[in-house]
Amino acid sequence: MDFFFEVLTGGLLAGVMYSLIAIGFVLIYKASGVFNFAQGAMVLFAALTFVSLVERGVPFWGAFALTLAAIVALALLIERAVLRPLVNRSPITLFMATLGLSYVIEGAAQALWGAQVHGLDLGIADEPLELGGMLLSQFDLFAAGTAALLVALLSFLFNRTRLGLSLRAVADDALGALAIGIRLPRIWAVVWAVAGFVGLVAGLLWGARLGVQFSLSLVVLKALPVLIIGGFTSMTGAIVGGLIVGAGEKLAEVYLGPLVGGGIENWFPYALALLFLLVRPAGLFGERAIERV
Amino acid sequence: MTEISSPLLRLEGISLSFKGVKAISDISFDVARGRITALIGPNGAGKSSLLNVINGVYRPQAGRIVFDGEVRQRMNPHRAAVRGIARTFQNIALFKGMSVLDNVLTGRNLKRRSSWLEQALRIGRAPAEDDAQRRRAEEVIAFLHLQPWRHTLVSKLPYGLQKRVELARALAAEPKLLLLDEPMAGMNAEEKREMSRFIADVNREFDTTVVLIEHDIGVVMNLSDHVVVLDYGRKIGDGPPDEVRRNPEVIAAYLGTRH
Repeated sequence: MDFFFEVLTGGLLAGVMYSLIAIGFVLIYKASGVFNFAQGAMVLFAALTFVSLVERGVPFWGAFALTLAAIVALALLIERAVLRPLVNRSPITLFMATLGLSYVIEGAAQALWGAQVHGLDLGIADEPLELGGMLLSQFDLFAAGTAALLVALLSFLFNRTRLGLSLRAVADDALGALAIGIRLPRIWAVVWAVAGFVGLVAGLLWGARLGVQFSLSLVVLKALPVLIIGGFTSMTGAIVGGLIVGAGEKLAEVYLGPLVGGGIENWFPYALALLFLLVRPAGLFGERAIERV
Repeated sequence: MTEISSPLLRLEGISLSFKGVKAISDISFDVARGRITALIGPNGAGKSSLLNVINGVYRPQAGRIVFDGEVRQRMNPHRAAVRGIARTFQNIALFKGMSVLDNVLTGRNLKRRSSWLEQALRIGRAPAEDDAQRRRAEEVIAFLHLQPWRHTLVSKLPYGLQKRVELARALAAEPKLLLLDEPMAGMNAEEKREMSRFIADVNREFDTTVVLIEHDIGVVMNLSDHVVVLDYGRKIGDGPPDEVRRNPEVIAAYLGTRH
């Protein structure tokens, strides 16, 4: 039984790392109804910029601030050059635009900083820690704490300020939002900047674990089942979905893996997501489309 | 200071086309302060396009708009809202996932002065402002008799009530000019009477200037002080309801004539 809990806790903690990626998607999806394919590229861009600055002798917080400034500038540029000309287009058009954008950002990041693999040391040892009889990764605990802090910060920002209400208004009806004087371009810029900030945090944690390299932009694929299970429109959904995926894949590997010859950790989340699509297409916390007929 | 007798809104030679298709050609008229002006005309006459020009959604290729004594060349919906133009839409543009109260509160979006930081931490100007905004929203809700549905999700309300909530949201902004795009479309006679009364009340109580689009000629004649008739993007009638009713061109556009 102890072993079960150890696997479960380890899985839940790993799941938080997925949630971190998924939150970036949820922010942009809520504001514009678009699955932002470029989120992974933003994670890569942030991590690569940060690690390159650190390697050039910039201290940690200086590099963090500079990277944040770069990512905010990127968000403003995206709003101006991509989103504004495409205003009122269908979600599929915007999705295609983010697809193209992801290549541009990935290319730009590597053109700027090079394509070699960088190690990233955040100063947290990635070694097990004994807690209540369980061996837990110190790094995972740190990541979970960071994610909790981030979510608290975001919900503070979105639930209490006018920005939150404006965001919900824009998500519900862009035309109505314009009519009451909400500046759509500004909301988009803010949301992309915040999603970029989330990407930066995710990029640092994932970069520290996997090394900062091109494949970092592929962690978005891990966010997909999380979003399908939790729902595209809910921050809570992103957290819960991440936990389910994290715990699910570890438990499945340990308990189901031996039955089918192992190696199921990599595809199990997608199979789970498929199941959710059949039973609950909007996800656990997603908004179901309600239409009066 | 603007002169009281000057019109609140003056359109001068407005023309609008979409990729060569003329939606509005050379339309001019005045909207007097404190009056209700009706825009009528058959489907596709350019009425909604004209409202979209007035609140800055569309930019006309030619013409000039004078609003509240200020000439506007370029306009966008945000600036229109700041200058005191509020509107409703033909296909209700409410925030469906929010309660009636929240929808009305969003209408007061531009009246907030406190910063995000104050709002997030509930310090400084934010708490007093929250109370004030809520009080004003509740006043509008009471004025339009929406109290029973204050906390109901808008998407759960019947169509007629949604139309009224949209009016409430527009009214919450304390506009100088209220643009109503078919506020009574799809309503039965009883609902129309009720909505007409609300619009007349708004106009009288707050001295709000109203421009509305409506198809029900009976309603239009009773409610409005001034009627502008459009047909195929041209203005074919402009004057008090009784005069417009007798205008042969208007009769032709509405009823058809043998030539």
